[in-house]
Formats: sequence, structure tokens, C-alpha cells
Amino acid sequence: MANPNKKKIVLPVAPDTKAHAPVKHLYSKKVKLPYGVPGHGLTEMEREVSIDEPPALPINDELNVIGKRTRRVDAVYKVTGAAKYSADIQLPGMLFGKFLRSPHPHARIKSLNVSAARQYPGVHAVHVLSMEPGGSVERESGHDAPAETYNIDQLPLLRYVGQPIAAVAAESQYIANEAAKLIKVEYETKPFVLELDKARRKGAPIVFEKKVKDEGNEGDVGVEAADEQEGNLRGPSTGSFLGGPRGDVEKGFAEADFVVEGEFRTQVQTHCALETHGVVADWKPDMLTVYASTQNTAGVRDDLAELFDLPKSKVRVITEYMGGGFGAKFGAGHFGVMATELSRKTGRPVKLMLDREEEHLSAGNRPNSHQMLKIGVKNDGKLTAIDLTSYGTAGVGLGAGVGRVAQDLYECPNFRQAQYDVFTHAGPGAAFRAPGNVQGIFSLEQLIDQAAERLGMDPVKYRDIIDKHEVRKLQRAKGAEVFGWKYKKPGSDPGPIKRGFGMAQGHWTRFINLNSSATVRINKDGSVEVMSSVQDIGTGTKTILAQVVAEELGLMAEDITVKIGDTIYPDGPGSGGSVTAGSITPAVRNAAYKAKMELLGQVAGAWDVEIDSLEVKNGEVYSKTDSSKKMSFGEATKKMRTNQILATASRPDDYGGFEIGNGIGYGRLGSVQFAEVLVDTETGFIKVERVVAAHSCGRPLNPMQVESQINGGVIMGIGYALYEDRILDLNTGHMVNANLDQYKLPYSREIPKIEPVIIEHYGAFSSTDASGIGEPANVPTAGAIANAVYNAIGVRLYELPMSPQKVLAALGVS
Amino acid sequence: MKNDSKERSPEKMKQGVSRRAFLRGAGVTTAGTVALASGMLSFTAAEPAPAKTAVLGPGETEVKFMVNGQQRAVWIEPRTTLADALREHLNLTGTKVVCDRGSCSACTVWLDGKPVNSCMTLAVDVEGREVTTVEGLAKDGELHPVQEAFIEHDATMCGFCTPGMVMSCAGLLERNANPSLADVKTATSGNLCRCGTYPKVFEATLAAAKKMNK
Repeated sequence: MANPNKKKIVLPVAPDTKAHAPVKHLYSKKVKLPYGVPGHGLTEMEREVSIDEPPALPINDELNVIGKRTRRVDAVYKVTGAAKYSADIQLPGMLFGKFLRSPHPHARIKSLNVSAARQYPGVHAVHVLSMEPGGSVERESGHDAPAETYNIDQLPLLRYVGQPIAAVAAESQYIANEAAKLIKVEYETKPFVLELDKARRKGAPIVFEKKVKDEGNEGDVGVEAADEQEGNLRGPSTGSFLGGPRGDVEKGFAEADFVVEGEFRTQVQTHCALETHGVVADWKPDMLTVYASTQNTAGVRDDLAELFDLPKSKVRVITEYMGGGFGAKFGAGHFGVMATELSRKTGRPVKLMLDREEEHLSAGNRPNSHQMLKIGVKNDGKLTAIDLTSYGTAGVGLGAGVGRVAQDLYECPNFRQAQYDVFTHAGPGAAFRAPGNVQGIFSLEQLIDQAAERLGMDPVKYRDIIDKHEVRKLQRAKGAEVFGWKYKKPGSDPGPIKRGFGMAQGHWTRFINLNSSATVRINKDGSVEVMSSVQDIGTGTKTILAQVVAEELGLMAEDITVKIGDTIYPDGPGSGGSVTAGSITPAVRNAAYKAKMELLGQVAGAWDVEIDSLEVKNGEVYSKTDSSKKMSFGEATKKMRTNQILATASRPDDYGGFEIGNGIGYGRLGSVQFAEVLVDTETGFIKVERVVAAHSCGRPLNPMQVESQINGGVIMGIGYALYEDRILDLNTGHMVNANLDQYKLPYSREIPKIEPVIIEHYGAFSSTDASGIGEPANVPTAGAIANAVYNAIGVRLYELPMSPQKVLAALGVS
Repeated sequence: MKNDSKERSPEKMKQGVSRRAFLRGAGVTTAGTVALASGMLSFTAAEPAPAKTAVLGPGETEVKFMVNGQQRAVWIEPRTTLADALREHLNLTGTKVVCDRGSCSACTVWLDGKPVNSCMTLAVDVEGREVTTVEGLAKDGELHPVQEAFIEHDATMCGFCTPGMVMSCAGLLERNANPSLADVKTATSGNLCRCGTYPKVFEATLAAAKKMNK
């Protein structure tokens, strides 16, 4: 049986070299599309595309809806409290679920008795999980025994505090909470290991005695999955879809004029989405309906269909509103499986939302890291060798690599890496907003700054030498201009509070999910709908879909009814890997174009004119050649022969084929950020005063929403750089700050002035040429702040979060 | 202060009453220090005690209060928080529960016109009082200027913090018509947003103030 917590991000990982070539079309046409950056040598690119593709979309300046600051179509429901999230769902007869979770980091269940819980007034069912929940699974584990007759030997070994054991369903949350505590469990505790360094040592308590299944290295998307496992050590991973090791690293270091190197550590960060993971599951004989707080409705449906042996057609997953997802909300999850089991047992809908503590313990995190990075540099600035060794722990999960930035951000002929996963007795990691790259950039960008300093060069100018990416070059220039960048001597401020300036850059691969389909429906009354299972996790997907349809049909965004987040509609992509905008908007535009052509065909017939003489614009349908032929969109739809026009389309391959492998278009999502900080050298406090964030996401569909995403990435990066830290009690394995006050996050007073700079960059890749922005916005921030802190105090910090005690220790004050 | 916890059965006290009693006693609401200064203290110290102390629980008891201008009655266990009473009993799910311990202000409502954390307030303690939730902020189909500005300035992302943010920011404008950026930051200092809407929340609130003053 598959593990319900797996299948988190459905992204292509292995490069398929055969997929480079463009798909062949029976009927194709050539279109000229905008290519490059307006104002910076914008040209056209001719692509051969399917005859079904709509005409090339001009640059944003020439459009009416796309590229314009457009209000979110669902904002009014959010500000009035009308929006219903999974946590808000109430169904007739609904029960409430509550888990019993492991209080021990490593234990065997000796006995388990549910009778007191089962008999508690108001309790309808108890279910015991007999499969391994979360993280990795041993090869032979995973049989789901009938719950009342479970075999104690089939119960999973407990490997972290918070591992789910059983759950109850009761008439109120209060009753469920009490009853869960009445499940009696006897544990045989075992030695455990929590720390990355200790878990690597010989003789450390072993987390998995047998080799674990590798069900996709989803925590660190794209780093090649390693298969070796010895003790708690898994790996190394020596490459990614961008390739393996290259050149001769020893020779490269021999050729270097100097070497910069360092040992860096990053902490475990938890996602802290405001709406916790959870579902309302409603098992009916003819249909399982699940309201899920998920980033992937279609993925949850697929998981539940597989786990409960149902056809996909009998599972419906709904995510109308979703209270935040940053990478960990994929798949059915142990809560989804449990709620479904409880609903099946009771014949009632069951709500099972995690509480805040459970969310911290069991629902994913960004793994920590210990990185040894070494870079050889010539006196002209060129890099001769990069050597990276990293260890990280995703607890009982996999995916603790540090990404692809050392491999790929800068030109360097010789590269080698060994990235290791280390198992510990802690909750499973999960994908978290640019997994790996966020950790990796903290070390890489500090060393690049060190090289610049050694060369006596301005860090911005130095990157112009070693970074050949044209868009990032522009981002550096524009960002530096907005920031008013001027190199300042490190630690040069007099007085105890010192100001510093720093910058860093990053990248994120442009992934595409081809399972991206949508339907556009034009109704006879002139109303228009767009439908897909794709979900809006707060990024603004609903709004950009409305914009794309409106642009194609000559309407306004608010004229379009967006029906998404429901698997009764065509499959949309999961929202992870920043794939959503780039994957679903071309499908939506193509569907809208098809529907439009059908409508125009019918109008042309009614008017007896040629179809290509007709145009739809500003809410009107008219003939370009005969000014007497003109009517409003609503009048035109009355000419329809049937009540509805329906058109469905799916995301085609990138125009010109994918650059690397199936679904991987490379190198588009560069980012450069500049930070200004104040460091109090007496207290150790760091305050971020200002961030300028220069980004590109292909064609920006709604600049206002892009700004919001950039703000969000920067703020999350500030939390990572300065505050957030999962702290485990080394004596018990319990997280001591599993809440939202002691797990410190950025609040209003920690928010600097943030100035987003958006570079409009056309690549002629699809009918919308859009890309995502969620992850790139989060990559460089901690690196930029670290470089700014160094600039302020003249001492480098090698460990996150850069807390006051670490600042004071670095200054030698404490 | 109503001294009802003493009169509860020992069984009930074990079931979380002590925590709630502590929370209520601590009275810390991050919805704004104003709420702490005037909201909680006024009802613990300044308010006259009910004429006859009622014995509540352990079973369900009726509590009547005004919600968004309407008299409502709910049958609840005495341990029920105001947030749960609103969400579970009155289906007013605009009010969100995120941390359930007063550290994120997602559950902010107005109690007698002042922002409080409804997860830190027992429903029995609002008997006879007036509660305004995010659903009740719009009047006669007209959005509150803060709601309008949130839409205009893209101050919502996933939207889960939004009701609390809106109530904190609208609450600020009720008591300070000309807030500075620092005032807005103070008013929202307890409101957690993980998506990062803060810059646009600040922008929207200042714009709403300007508009209201026109």
C-alpha cells in the first residue's frame, strides 16, 4: 500500500533526454511571439506550434486585462468572512476526530486498549492506524488491518513524538479530545537520536533498520535520489536533473589563485500555514467526498482512490478556499486517511483538522542542514572549482538536500557534490517553498561575497563577471538602482548600532505540470465560467484564470465565474514547485480561445460574414469590415444555437519543446534581493529595515498579486534568517515551541519596507508565457540578510537563525 | 468577576476549565493592548457582578448575547469559547481559530466595540454583551472602508488571517481616525499572517483612514 504522506510534489525529477525535442503536430503553424524584456532589446521568436494554438499574445502594454493590476475575484468573500475553508465546513450529522499520538520519539507499542475511549459518551468510532504514517516506510510494512481486530505486531514502530497511533470520532471536538486520551497504550521505549551530528555517528540508535522505500525525493525536488543507506545515513546524491559532477575539482582547486570556504548550518523551519492540515471526509455508498486543505485536489483524490480501492470517479475532493500552503499540503495525509476510515465506520461525515501542536510535529518542515562548501577563484574573479558536502535531517523523512544552487547558479567548469540525508527520530520533513535552494543559498551567497571582498570588488559588479544569466544581470542593475546600492566598508559605522547593506541572488527552475486542463463554458445569457480542479492556495490563481479568460473574450475579470478546487472539473496541477501559473493558464487561454471561435462561428453564420472578420473586445462582438454588424457580448451569446458552448484544453508542451526534460524548462526564474539591516552590537538584535526584491516570472499576469507573492517570500525569508527555529528537547524528543508564540515568526513590527521590482520577461514558451513566482521570491532573502549583517558588523554568521545570542557570540561579546 | 468556576463540579474542572480560567484571568489578548487595558479589565473589575451568581454546567447552559446587532441564544457547555460558540453554534465561521491560545489574533471580534481574541473569551462571559464579527462589519450592504481597501490594495492572500486583520484594522480606525504607519503596526502586532500580506494591510488601512476622513 502506498504511503498517504508521500507523493507530495508531482514533478518530473529524472531528465528524459528524448523529451527535449518538440512534439510533432499533424497540422502546425508558425507564430511570432514576443521574446526578451521590453525596453531591453525585446525581439520576436518564431515558433512552430499546433494549429489549435491561439494567436500570439502581445506584450502586456497592449492588453486590456492581463498584466493589469486586477483585484482578486474572491477578495470580497475573504474580507467579509463568507469564504468557507475546509476548517469551516459543517455537514449534517458531522462528527469530530482527534488523534492519539506518540509521546515517545522511539517506542514499540506493547499493548493498546481502546474500550474506554469507545465507550465514552458521544464517541462513535475509534480507529487504529496500522500503516506507517508519514515520512519513509520500511519495505515490507504497510498493511491496513481492520481496526477493531488489529494485531499488535502489525502496529507501526513509533519513530517520532507526534506520530499518529489512533483516532476517535465523536459528537463534539471537546468529547473527541477527551476520548482520545482514554486510549490506553503501553509503550516499550527505545533509545533515540535527534541531532544531525550524533545520528551520523557509529553506534547511534538506528531509525530504520531496513532500507526505506524511496517514494520520490519530494522534500528536495530535483536532487537525484540516492539509494545507498548505511546506519542513519542515506546517500550521497551527486547530481540533479541539471547533470552530475563535472570536470576535475582537484585540478580546479590547483588552478585557483585563492579558495573561499566555510561550514554553514541551517535550522529546521516549520510551515505554519494558518489553516492546519485536515479534511472533512464524507463516505457515502456511491461517493466519497472530501473537503481538504490541500495544494493538490487531484492528488488527494488519487491517493484516496488508491488507498481505499475506489475508482477515481467515486472520489471527489473539494478545496474551495484554502488557508495557506507552502509545500507540505500534498497527498491525503494520515489525517485524510483516518477521517475517511472514521467516516466509513460511522456512516457520518468526519471533520479532522490538526491542532496547532500536531501541525508543528507531524505535518512537515524544512529540514536542517550542515554544509561544507569550498570554492576556488582566479584573480580575475572566475570560479575554478566548487565542492559541496552536505548533511541534513528530515527526521523520519527524506529530502534534506541543499538544492541546486551551488551546482548551477554560477559558471564553473569543475563541480562536485555529496548531499546526504540523515534519519533522526523526529517528524518528517516535507517540501517547503523552494526546498533545498533556500538552505543552499545561505552558504553559496556568503562565500561569493567573500570572494568579492578578497578581490576588492563590489559584490554586484563581481556577480556580473561570474553570472551569465541575462535576466539576473538586469535584475541586479534595476534592483541596485532602486536600492541606491553603494558599497560600504564592513563594520565601518561608529557607535553600537551598525547599518549594513547586502545582496544575494538565487534561482528556481521553471517546472511545468502537463496534467493541467480546464473547461470554459459560455452560457446563452452571456455568463462565462472557467472550471478546473486546480486550487487557489492564496496565490491568486482564481484571479489570473479570470483575467486570461476575460482577455480572450473581451470581457473584464469580474465577468468571469471561476469554479476551481473541485475534482469534478478537469484535472489541474498541484500547486507546488511554482508550477501553477505556467501550467494552467495556457490551458485556460486555449480553452477560452476554442470557446470564442465556436461562438464567433455561430455569430458569423447568423450575420452571414466571414468568421475572421469578427472581433471580440470591450464587451462587444463586431465586424472589422462592416460597422453595422456590432452587438454586446450578451446579445451575441443569444445567437447561440444551444444553451452552452463548452471547450476544454490541456497544457501543451512548451513551444519549441522543453529545454531539459519533460516538464522542465530551465533557468527562467532568477531573483536578486538587496537588504538593509541594523545590528545592535550590544544586544545582538538584527532589524531588517528595507528589502528590494527584483524578480521575473515570465509574463506577469497580475502585477499586484506578483508583488504580494514577492512580499510573502521576503517575509518568510526574514523569519528563516532571524527567528524561526524548531527546538526539540533532547531528553524527551518533544518540540518545546510547538505553538505560534514561542515558535517566533515575523509579525507586523518585523516587517521592513519591501520594494518589489518586476522584470517582464518573455520567453515564447506558451500561449500565456507566464511562470510562477512563489518559490523564487523566498530563495535569496536569508543570503542577502546574512551579507548585510556582515557588512554591518564585519563578522560573518555561519548559522541560522541569526539570533541575538549568535550575533553576540560572533562578536565575542557573550 | 463571575466566580462560577468554583461552583463547577470537580470533573469539569479537570476537563480544561483550569486552563481556560487561567487564560481568562491572564486576559492577555494580542488583538491590541487597548483590549487588555479596557476590554478585559473593565469586565473583570469595573463591571457590576450579576445580581445572582448563576451555577453553570457541567451540562449545557443557555447564553444570550447580541451578535452583529441581533439577539442570539446558544446552548453550550460552560467551557465553550466565544470563538467556538460563534463558529460551531451560530455558523459564523468568518472568525478563524488558528493558534487557540491568543497568539495570532485570527479570532479577533469586537466585544462591546473593542477587539478581543474570541478564543481567549468564554462564551458564558459575554452574556448580555454585544459581539461584532467580521460578518457584521458591513452595514446595509455597504462594506466597511477597511474591507474595501483590503480588496483594492490586495491585502488578502489565502485569506485565513484576513477576518482578524480586518477587525483589528477597522477597530483601530474606530478609535483613531488618523493613524500613522506605526499605529497600524501596533494595532496588528498580534495578527499573524504567514502569506505575508502585512505591507498591503498597512497600505490598505492607511488608505481607508484617508478615505474615511474625506
